[in-house]
Amino acid sequence: MSVVVDSIKENPVEEFLRTDRLPHVWCTGCGIGTTVNCFARAVKECGIPLDELAIVSGIGCTGRVAGYLKLDSFHTTHGRPIAFATGLHLANPKLKVVVYSGDGDLVGIGGNHFIHAARRNLDITVILLNNFTYAMTGGQVTPTAPLDSIETTTPYGVFEENFNLPHLAASCGAVYVARWTAYHVMQVKKAMVEALNKKGFSFIEILSPCPTIYLRRNRLGSAIDELKYYKEHSVIQHGADTREVGITVRRPEKIIVGKFVDIEKPDYLTAMNKHLSEVLGDKYVRWGE
Amino acid sequence: MAKRTGIEVSIAIAEAARQANVDVVSAYPITPQTHIVEHLAQLVADGDLDAEYITVESEHTAMSACVGASAAGARVFTSTSSQGLALMNEIVYLASSLRTPVIMALANRALSGPISIWNDHSDVMNERDTGWICIFANNGQEAYDLTLMAFRIGEDRRVMLPVMVNFDGFILTHVIEPIHIFEDQEIADFIPPYEPLCVLDTDNPITVGPVGVPDVYTEAKKQQEMAIRESRPVIEEVFEEFARRYGRRYRPVETYRADDAEIVLLAQGSVIEAAEVAVDHLRDQGKKVGTVELRLWRPFPFDDLREVLCSTSIKQVVVLDRCISFGGPPGPVLSEVRSALYLEKDKPMVVGVVAGLGGRDISLEEYVEMFEIGEECLRTGKDPGEEPELVKIVGLRE
Ligand SMILES: Cc1ncc(C[n+]2csc(CCOP(=O)(O)OP(=O)(O)O)c2C)c(N)n1
Ligand code: SF4
Ligand SMILES: [Mg+2]
Repeated sequence: MSVVVDSIKENPVEEFLRTDRLPHVWCTGCGIGTTVNCFARAVKECGIPLDELAIVSGIGCTGRVAGYLKLDSFHTTHGRPIAFATGLHLANPKLKVVVYSGDGDLVGIGGNHFIHAARRNLDITVILLNNFTYAMTGGQVTPTAPLDSIETTTPYGVFEENFNLPHLAASCGAVYVARWTAYHVMQVKKAMVEALNKKGFSFIEILSPCPTIYLRRNRLGSAIDELKYYKEHSVIQHGADTREVGITVRRPEKIIVGKFVDIEKPDYLTAMNKHLSEVLGDKYVRWGE
Repeated sequence: MAKRTGIEVSIAIAEAARQANVDVVSAYPITPQTHIVEHLAQLVADGDLDAEYITVESEHTAMSACVGASAAGARVFTSTSSQGLALMNEIVYLASSLRTPVIMALANRALSGPISIWNDHSDVMNERDTGWICIFANNGQEAYDLTLMAFRIGEDRRVMLPVMVNFDGFILTHVIEPIHIFEDQEIADFIPPYEPLCVLDTDNPITVGPVGVPDVYTEAKKQQEMAIRESRPVIEEVFEEFARRYGRRYRPVETYRADDAEIVLLAQGSVIEAAEVAVDHLRDQGKKVGTVELRLWRPFPFDDLREVLCSTSIKQVVVLDRCISFGGPPGPVLSEVRSALYLEKDKPMVVGVVAGLGGRDISLEEYVEMFEIGEECLRTGKDPGEEPELVKIVGLRE
């Protein structure tokens, strides 16, 4: 009996959590915490020393992640974590900078930073929790919400087309693009390890149940129902054409998951160093190598 | 006749926009504004408000779309808070300089950092010089009434300026108050359909917002300055008509038990009603105290304020600022009140306090403390303008 109690006391990823800040704010059944668990394990596995890792979040339920991880972290403003991360990374290229935030934050209000960081292949990792809504503010429509989604600002359903995020990232220039769900904990962790060790703009979309707002308002059942749905309807298709992976309706027959892009391309700093060395010759002191 | 209904203040404000029959609502969600815009989205979706509801991707876009829609001749409404307003800032200046009478309901909230979703006035004070007409409500009824009046004021041909109606986040937005909601027809009579002055029209092309070379920029700014000053009589006319129609009278500067007061607390927003409780309490002890509410913030009501404060029984003013002006006079309201009185001969002394930052409650004892600070200044006869150490944050944990 005591063995069981001990094992409950010791959370295997406790060393990565700011336990003084627990309990966290997330609702029961929310997928965010699950992904944080995956992330902590990925951090353990990726081989990057903790003091060379920084995590940046925007504002939102997912934005709270930065506050719970025992890493150097930056809780920024809504939509701007990639912009803060750009400064952080370029001023200290030794740091592996991870942006961890919500769909509304990263591709709604912050969409401009997303496309430009991907375009210039900035060496950062972006983890986007897609719950198809601005959850923290009560569930207004985001640019990821599939057609017919019920949101507080679209009470009879969404009629605008949404973003296909893997395709957005890939077409802007990301060198690593994957999508998983909160059900795929092992794959999420593995993708995180890969992304953390990838040079260039790496992007992971994680579909995540928001039982309190999105699922409830759309009458899609509980968090468990959603995880079951992910389990039954996800189709792993590594290397899929990202044009084909959009989630256009609330409950598509299949959700294509997997690693879609994993290519090599000079990242921003490499390109900058090359260019300035060519132009300035010996005068130029290469940065961040 | 108006019905007195228990209603969440946010919903009442949204209802005011519906009754004003707005054509375009463009907004981005932010706590504590969300219920206002969600209600409007529902009204539009239900067909109860014939308007475009634009679910933009940021506040910067929200205000840009508002200005665009207004330039096309629409009656336009938006609402935001804090970081949202800060992000809008660039276009907030355009709305006033392009003379597009956008109406904004501002649920006042602190600015980051540290991140705070709670109430103070740092968001609105950041926009002080944007050229918007700026009014404060201190309860839900006022927030509803002033939102209605904002349309009449801003869209008046003699004004044509955007109007910002301020009400405290959470303290007002999220409470249910008994509010007199007018019949739609009553409001239709009060707020006639908007007739824009000049609109983008393909048959008669004009350019909105072109470059102002050094040759004309100064004159354009002078015109803008004149426009906001000249809105003063219109604001009073609208207050007057509202009082005539509905029996509730609004003034640019309001007072409570100030007639024979020696010390008054001057503030804006919902704190005023709480301070009135402290006034009653101190009056019971025989203290001659009262409150002054600076309801109209822009255009600044110089004359009304002087009339209340100068050559009267009032000897000491305690200004309560809900935000800090770092490195300057501690708060914007303090410095403006002091400068408004500068040339007066028979004027009270003015001391400033800062309190209620980022949602910190102000207790009855703390209001009493503010009056005591005023008493102390009066007793020592020290002009705190020269004694900046007398300025303090009330309710600060040491
Ligand atoms: C400039 C600005 N506008 C609006 C907000 C209000 N806001 C806070 S969180 C949030 C939504 C977050 O949605 P998302 O990024 O999808 O994260 P989630 O809560 O769904 O995890 C919004 C709109 C803000 N903080 N700042
Ligand atoms: S509101 Fe939704 S996203 Fe936010 S913590 Fe709750 S379940 Fe998670
Ligand atoms: Mg979200």
